[in-house]
Amino acid sequence: MSASDGDPETPAGAANAARPADADELAALVADAHAAERPLALHGAGTKQAVGKPLPPAQPVELSAFAGIDLYEPEELVLSAGAATPMHEIEAALTAKGQELAFEPPDLGPLLGTAPDGGTLGGALACGLTGPRRIAAGAARDHLLGAQLVTGKGERIRAGSRVVKNVTGYDLPKLICGSYGTLGAVTTATLKVLPAAEATRTVLLRGLNAETGVAALTAGLQSAYAVSGAAHIPHAAAARASDRHLPATDTSLTLLRVEGAPKSAVHRAEKLAREVLGAYGAAEILADDASRPLWRGVRDVAPLLGGDGRAVWRVAVPPASGAAVAARLAALDANGRWYLDHGGGRIWLDLPAGADGQADGVRGALRGVPGHATLVAASEAVRRRARVFSPQDAGLAALTRKVKAAFDPAGILNPGRMDGAG
Amino acid sequence: MVEMPAPKQDVLDRASAIVRDLTDLIPEHCVISSEQERRAYEADGLTAYRQAPLVVVLPETTDQVSRVLAYCHQHGIRVVPRGSGTSLSGGALPLEDAVLLGLGKFKEILDVDFANRCVVAHPGVTNLGITDAVQHEGFYYAPDPSSQIACSIGGNVAENAGGVHCLKYGLTTNNVLGVEMVLIDGTIVRLGGKHGEPEGYDLLGLLVGSEGLLGVVTEVTVRILPAPESARAVLLGFPSAEQAGDTVADILANGIVPAGAEMMDGPAIRVAEDFVQAGYPTDSEALLIVELDGPEAEVEELLSRVSRLAESNGATFERVSHDDDERKRFWAGRKAAFPAVGRITPDYYVMDGTIPRHRMASVLTRIRELSEHYGLGVANVFHAGDGNLHPLIMYDANDADQLHRAEEFGAEILRACVEAGGVLTGEHGVGVEKRDLMGTMFNDTELKLQNRVKCAFDDEGLLNPGKMFPTLHRCAELGRMHIHQGQMPFPDLPRF
Repeated sequence: MSASDGDPETPAGAANAARPADADELAALVADAHAAERPLALHGAGTKQAVGKPLPPAQPVELSAFAGIDLYEPEELVLSAGAATPMHEIEAALTAKGQELAFEPPDLGPLLGTAPDGGTLGGALACGLTGPRRIAAGAARDHLLGAQLVTGKGERIRAGSRVVKNVTGYDLPKLICGSYGTLGAVTTATLKVLPAAEATRTVLLRGLNAETGVAALTAGLQSAYAVSGAAHIPHAAAARASDRHLPATDTSLTLLRVEGAPKSAVHRAEKLAREVLGAYGAAEILADDASRPLWRGVRDVAPLLGGDGRAVWRVAVPPASGAAVAARLAALDANGRWYLDHGGGRIWLDLPAGADGQADGVRGALRGVPGHATLVAASEAVRRRARVFSPQDAGLAALTRKVKAAFDPAGILNPGRMDGAG
Repeated sequence: MVEMPAPKQDVLDRASAIVRDLTDLIPEHCVISSEQERRAYEADGLTAYRQAPLVVVLPETTDQVSRVLAYCHQHGIRVVPRGSGTSLSGGALPLEDAVLLGLGKFKEILDVDFANRCVVAHPGVTNLGITDAVQHEGFYYAPDPSSQIACSIGGNVAENAGGVHCLKYGLTTNNVLGVEMVLIDGTIVRLGGKHGEPEGYDLLGLLVGSEGLLGVVTEVTVRILPAPESARAVLLGFPSAEQAGDTVADILANGIVPAGAEMMDGPAIRVAEDFVQAGYPTDSEALLIVELDGPEAEVEELLSRVSRLAESNGATFERVSHDDDERKRFWAGRKAAFPAVGRITPDYYVMDGTIPRHRMASVLTRIRELSEHYGLGVANVFHAGDGNLHPLIMYDANDADQLHRAEEFGAEILRACVEAGGVLTGEHGVGVEKRDLMGTMFNDTELKLQNRVKCAFDDEGLLNPGKMFPTLHRCAELGRMHIHQGQMPFPDLPRF
């Protein structure tokens, strides 16, 4: 796999790694590092070390002691677990009770060149990983109710709570989610969980171009039928993934997902196919068995896997601008591939990496459109050279620095992981 | 009564010069300085607290907001932002030495964008005004606090307002895509936008619910949703709150997420029915209003499952809405519960704790005991789906002892919520009201971290002082030193 082959990322289990046994030990360790201004690199399972900016030399801190589900009350829709709890363990516990993490966190193992199913809860939250269902159920940040963490000063902090409705003090869990371990070392996370849908149906349209595909997705999302996945995959990307996840195709795929009780899912899929999307061609309806792997593929960036020396970008734009921005991105490189998720609002793009992932070209394609581009997967050399996160304007950058300093005044936690953005 | 920070004498002394300066900065008609007109702003929805502000400014543009804030920052003048003034926690309570910055003139819907399913609005647009602007296309804005006819979207952002439908559709924070905000030094910052997905620190998530302590919002982008195919509500009456609570737990454990699940206790049922004639069972001790939405076939099926679960928990009354008018009538009783209680008592005090749902019955029992102990009546309405309680304590504000007892009673309820694993406030905010109880939920280290976050936005503590923090530490004390014009910020403020 391209993204990290041969990269000497700070190796897990390095000789000088610290492995605090509990939160007090972790707090003491961070407090020492704070006093000595010694940088620390936080590790869960180590599967996300290739996301973000490579760190300068730093002492690895293994958070493996913070594993296991501490609390799961299905009727209260709440689960608390150690940050290093494997994601698959959490998913298994939830599945046994017919529930799930509704934000559909992707498994980026295959994209990042690590084994599938290797990630931890803390890693997913630190990276703010969110799947196709964001358009219906929100992102990771919408499901993190509380967290216990150690700040960059070595303070033990409880943020948030275990209840959904809580406005007591600042909403620090939101800030922690997606902060790539630069604000605190999370030891425990408390999440809102939800019942998993019994049935899934996918309405599939073939042969649309991006503009018409996004129009079809928009029509579906504007309907009353509660679309929970809306993706458009051009042929070049669909063809690569078809052996693994997607239906065989010689053209593009436009996909709309509905979920719910079986009768309801069938009803809504038929309404979509017949009444809402009739103008876009003959729609097929895929049942559970075909739908589920397909959306896992969309979630896990399966259409862009494979190839050497590539850079994979995640671009966020207003959904209705997705097709136009994708066209500009496609014009950057004849060997680029891309697909749209979130009704057009998320563009996954894969390009020959060049020296810096073609960062200027990618960000230039967003000119005049609100949004940003994040370099999610590329070799260490490329990430070292590229701006991994979008440059911020002066006001926002100043605020970001001050917020970082509020949690980590010496700048010792995952220093530089987020470029200037954290 | 909660004590407010001592006014800065030097600011009071300069009052007329400050008014003159402000009228130079923004149009004269945007500055209100007469005592009579200032009085109109002396309180918000927490009416036990009143204080006329130093001066009221009602700017009309973001640039004017920026100029006012930069001026106040430069001269060490405190600022209290205000939307519609419906806060129940005193979030917009003025200070004697502070500029009250009202966003009431920011009233325009700037952009209705159905293709991106969002609305861009000024902060002074009412919550209901958003839905009004989009319902002709079958859309609506999901968070629906009961005050939605009056409360502003900017105020909703400041307080992270909820409503009766947030179990399924989320609170304000889950429905805001972006804001334009002005920092205390006048810097204009944009967070998020129509693209929704954040990059960098989620400062938008931090801002929502920050109670006007971090910045002044001048534009809001919210997500709008297509209305569901159909929606029906069912009234379920029970002999006890415990049975109603068990029914809610069973509904959720069986994989049903209702669009709304509200509970009212006996006293609340009876006053609301008397006021609105919603069709409530006045002989029940607990009433659930459960709303289900989606395709008709699905709603039908789920209604019958909910009804079976209610029956197995001993429901003695059941009535399903037959049309949208009846459904709205069911809700009208619940949404009018506060004014209904207002008809039978001179004053009432609303609490807002949240608890894990399974503790509902035991916390309710505790509330009844406290009611007897303090000799004050209480009616309870709950957002049962998410465990958010609104006990309404009845008292007479003209009787100082009753006011004192009501505050003590309220504080005891909130302590019971925290002990039960819950929180002080689910949707009304800490404000002035619950400020001194923050220590029951957070230790000193945790409060100091939140204080440092405040300092990152407002290093002299000028924005909305006296709210949220029982003790606002000097930012310098917390590790950062910003001496302004040779003076320590708020020299009078280590404790108030």
